[in-house]
Amino acid sequence: MRLDQKLIAQMIAPGSRVLDIGSGDGSLIDHLFRERGCDARGIEIDMQEVTRSVAHGLPVVHGDADHDLAHYPDESFDYVVLQRTLQAVERPREVLRQMLRIGRHAIVSFPNFGHWELRLKLLTTGRMPNTAVWSTPWFATPNIHPCTIRDFLALCSGESYRVIEWMAIDEEGERAPWRRSIRLANLFGEQALFLLGRNEPASRDERLK
Amino acid sequence: MEARILTDQPETPLEVDHQRAVFPEGLSLDCGAVLAPVEIAYRTYGILSAARDNAILICHALTGDQYVAETHPVTGRPGWWERMVGPGKPIDTDRFFVICSNVLGGCMGSTGPSSSNLSRLAFDAREDGDAVHEPWGTEFPPITIRDMVRAQHALVRQLGIERLFAVIGGSMGGMQTLEWAATYPEMVFAAIPIATAPFHSAQNIAFNEVSRQAIFADPDWRGGRYWESGSIPARGLAVARMMAHITYLSEEALTRKFGRRTRRQNASPEASGDLEHPLSFFGEIFEVESYLRHQGSSFVLRFDANSYLTITRAMDWMDIGAEHDGDYAAPFVGTRTRFCVVSFTSDWLFPTSQSRVLVRALNRAAANVSFVEIDSDKGHDAFLLDEPDFDRTIRGFISGAAEHAGLHVGPKL
Repeated sequence: MRLDQKLIAQMIAPGSRVLDIGSGDGSLIDHLFRERGCDARGIEIDMQEVTRSVAHGLPVVHGDADHDLAHYPDESFDYVVLQRTLQAVERPREVLRQMLRIGRHAIVSFPNFGHWELRLKLLTTGRMPNTAVWSTPWFATPNIHPCTIRDFLALCSGESYRVIEWMAIDEEGERAPWRRSIRLANLFGEQALFLLGRNEPASRDERLK
Repeated sequence: MEARILTDQPETPLEVDHQRAVFPEGLSLDCGAVLAPVEIAYRTYGILSAARDNAILICHALTGDQYVAETHPVTGRPGWWERMVGPGKPIDTDRFFVICSNVLGGCMGSTGPSSSNLSRLAFDAREDGDAVHEPWGTEFPPITIRDMVRAQHALVRQLGIERLFAVIGGSMGGMQTLEWAATYPEMVFAAIPIATAPFHSAQNIAFNEVSRQAIFADPDWRGGRYWESGSIPARGLAVARMMAHITYLSEEALTRKFGRRTRRQNASPEASGDLEHPLSFFGEIFEVESYLRHQGSSFVLRFDANSYLTITRAMDWMDIGAEHDGDYAAPFVGTRTRFCVVSFTSDWLFPTSQSRVLVRALNRAAANVSFVEIDSDKGHDAFLLDEPDFDRTIRGFISGAAEHAGLHVGPKL
């Protein structure tokens, strides 16, 4: 399991109902079932990954974030997870709305387009930046909706989501030390990880802090 | 291979004594009738655990039967799912107690149109005027997929099983699997509907209707009372099978298996002048024709025409949302069954889009669902054929479900 998946797993209370959108090889849901006693399920767009997951006994359906979330009932999960995929969906705002409709919490990670290296490359070369994280050329990239950490916070504020926890992480998934300042995190964090809740009277989520 | 002519009356099939359970009190059917007595022919494989918690019920498709994993006593061919069921196979009979019964309305030992109608006496001239019971024939009550499931339920209870670990089936067997999960949710820990749909589509009803009309059009059908003349509507039933068989394959599979190959070298319109081996315009010219005729003529040896009519009609009635204003989620609300839905890319009889309707309905019902579409060019029949990804999926899902069920049976855990 990747390090950032461990950070995600730590955000999830034991015994919860979890939906992992883009579950990949299923390592997060497998971990959540075995180590945290969760009822963890997955949605994955890549059929080979789906087959591999189901062949490992994991409950995964073939589907995608844009088209399949609408079919789940309200509050059917405690946590809905979207790993490194928000920038690749067709309608990120709608996907977030669906996540927080079917789940009480949303856990979202995405690559931060505000990272200094991207800014510098665009400034100095005048071309779309090409880095380890953003490695495909503009005409072939699946990442059609890149955003920065500040962009994402603005969306959360516009949609009245409650940011329960957030952190910047580096490419390896290690937690980066930019917790105090959003501006510094937005400059130095390669990835961002958010735990969101609906904007409703607090208390219930306080224990998660 | 000799050219087969579909007008031949086949030899009388072998009489076989099938293993049966008898229910003298019968069954109340969806149509309102009570069918009594009811006999259900079945086979089991493996050993039921002391806790009686390792039973897997296999539901067969339209023309299948209970001989899943052993040589068929009538045809002498291997069991229809021997690839999948047996010691060490994905449905492992070293771990699980496997049950398969002939459906209600069938013709391999279960009560169906060829069974005796005890309310009807007839004189059989061949038996010196002794009074005998005549078969149900077309007076057999209309049955539904749910009626088939009720009969299986009676069998399962008679076998002393309170809860099935899993119900699995492809095509019409998948419909039964869904009806099991909807009708007896507390009895089904895991359900594996394969290459199926929560409703029978207009296209599939249309195909079934062509099959039925082929049978009706055969003079030997005689209004369904063909036993009186000692013949069977072999031509009509064979045509029905040939047409249906095309829907079980795919264009790719037919091209791969037969292409445009002919049955004779130099078979061409010009070569038909050969007086020693004249090519009949109506004979078997292309290999695909020969194959289909073989499918048709071997089918009539083992299948009863009135059963074919009864069972295709039961499939047509299948619509699991019918009693819920077309809502396919409603029958599954609150279910705790773990589902594994499987479809195949080249299946145009039960296409993936229909499995997706089912999966989304199960999601709406907050059910625990796995859904895999297997890449295959073999069409609807892919679930009966060699597809390694499919085998891995079934094996893995069953192992995972067994872990969740807390099953620890057999030597191979």
